[in-house]
Amino acid sequence: MTINEKQDEILESFAMLEDWADRYEYIIEMGKELDLIDDSLKDDEHLIIGCQSRVWLAAEYDGEFLNLKADSDAIITSGIIAMLLKVLSGARPKEILEADLYFLRDLGLQEHLSMTRSNGLKSMLEKIKDYARFYLEK
Amino acid sequence: MIDIENIRKDFKILEQIVHNKPLVYFDNAATTHKPTGVVDKTVEFYEKYNSNIHRAAHYLSNIATQEYEKSRAYIKEFLNAASTDEILFTSGTTAGLNLLAFSFTERYIKSGDNVIISEMEHHANIVPWQLACERKGANLRVIPITDSGELIIEELLKLIDGRTKIISIAYISNVLGTINDVRKVIEIAHKMDIPVVLDAAQAVAHLEIDVQELDCDFLVFSGHKIYGPTGIGILYGKAKYLNEMPPYQSGGEMIKQVSFEKTTFNELPYKFEPGTPNICGAIALSEGMKYIKNIGIPAIAAYENELLRYAEEKILEIDGVHIIGTAPEKAGALSFGIQAIHHYDIGVLLDQMGVAIRTGHHCAQPLMKRFGIEGTARASFALYNTKAEIDYFISSLQRAIKLLK
Repeated sequence: MTINEKQDEILESFAMLEDWADRYEYIIEMGKELDLIDDSLKDDEHLIIGCQSRVWLAAEYDGEFLNLKADSDAIITSGIIAMLLKVLSGARPKEILEADLYFLRDLGLQEHLSMTRSNGLKSMLEKIKDYARFYLEK
Repeated sequence: MIDIENIRKDFKILEQIVHNKPLVYFDNAATTHKPTGVVDKTVEFYEKYNSNIHRAAHYLSNIATQEYEKSRAYIKEFLNAASTDEILFTSGTTAGLNLLAFSFTERYIKSGDNVIISEMEHHANIVPWQLACERKGANLRVIPITDSGELIIEELLKLIDGRTKIISIAYISNVLGTINDVRKVIEIAHKMDIPVVLDAAQAVAHLEIDVQELDCDFLVFSGHKIYGPTGIGILYGKAKYLNEMPPYQSGGEMIKQVSFEKTTFNELPYKFEPGTPNICGAIALSEGMKYIKNIGIPAIAAYENELLRYAEEKILEIDGVHIIGTAPEKAGALSFGIQAIHHYDIGVLLDQMGVAIRTGHHCAQPLMKRFGIEGTARASFALYNTKAEIDYFISSLQRAIKLLK
């Protein structure tokens, strides 16, 4: 699946959820299924600055695809990362850097995108792109 | 007695619907809402006498200047300061503390001296002193606190010595809600002629403050936490210190005479108010203060205490909830944690149910470290909150916990 197909898939499942409680239940379930980072990698190097909760993110590159793993101590944050990883993990660095992540806007989760003091999602995206840039040049 | 129904009518914002639910605003320690009087005064300023102050000879400027100084005079009465010279308009608590950490330090602190703060301070009462100490080669000493969140006075007695130049502490903790025994601290400090700064950001809206009776040497607060506008605050200081201290920022208004060889400074309070101040904010600030003075601060304090104790009692009935800050004397803030649930998750879900609380470290990271936590969820109350809102908050919290488990 392409990045856009994956985005559309998430948007479709989200659209079927009726109220906020269902949507958050979905996010929480996603959080529980997050592809977890190894505990040994939960260090300052993998910690993302700028989140209200702690978030760790690591990338593995197999020469073609970038695989992402993460964890957070807040389950809603884990869920949001899980959605992000579902879309981006396993793609090529070039695809990640060129992706238009319209699903974030269309999900209606603005509160997670715009909070300046807990600009977690923005910092996460930056970190993922940093990894992609790093491996693109390799 | 508090006439809660009529009070709520004075705060139009409380009628807001958020996420399709009536707003329950429990983030008052971050900022309070503004009564109609404050909003009206702001409109009045801009529609009737907007102009710069203390400079022009024209009609509008005279009115604006009078209103500005009238507000200062009211605040002097409110705090029972000895003189309006001791009431400085700042942009807020942070600005007041920065002013002190610069100007007081320049005049009074030398290498090898020390400054005492406490473990429960907001970053605004830590970092300016830390930088000042670094600049001067002075030491920053920290009064530890108990597990319940109270200052350990015996430890202060060990920290204080002949080289202590100033003590700066919170009157009420923004995280724990502890009302510190500031009278005791002032008594100890004054025996050694050491001045005391009170960070009253969390106190002004909850306690009656008489600076002469307290005998604090400096007191700072923000207007927006006492039902006034943002961007305006007060630094009260005893004239004997303020007269000796050099200006913090410089420019227009704060001078007497300027030549390229030498500048002489204006008198108090103008020496510390350079440039065009937040005129409208300063004028509207006293409206917020009048509002609570008219209702009666002791009555407000009693009502808010009832809310706080009710919320504490109800929240402890929920499985896995613990309160951070269990001092006997508290006001305003209720910080809590829930076993195996992150405070951020709680904040997000409560928001979806229309309840505004604050989550995180509350700009008090050393205090978080003291308790070995990353942050707390904090509900903080104001005079317009009700027990019915607390009931809704509690049931919403239970629902959030259920969703997260």
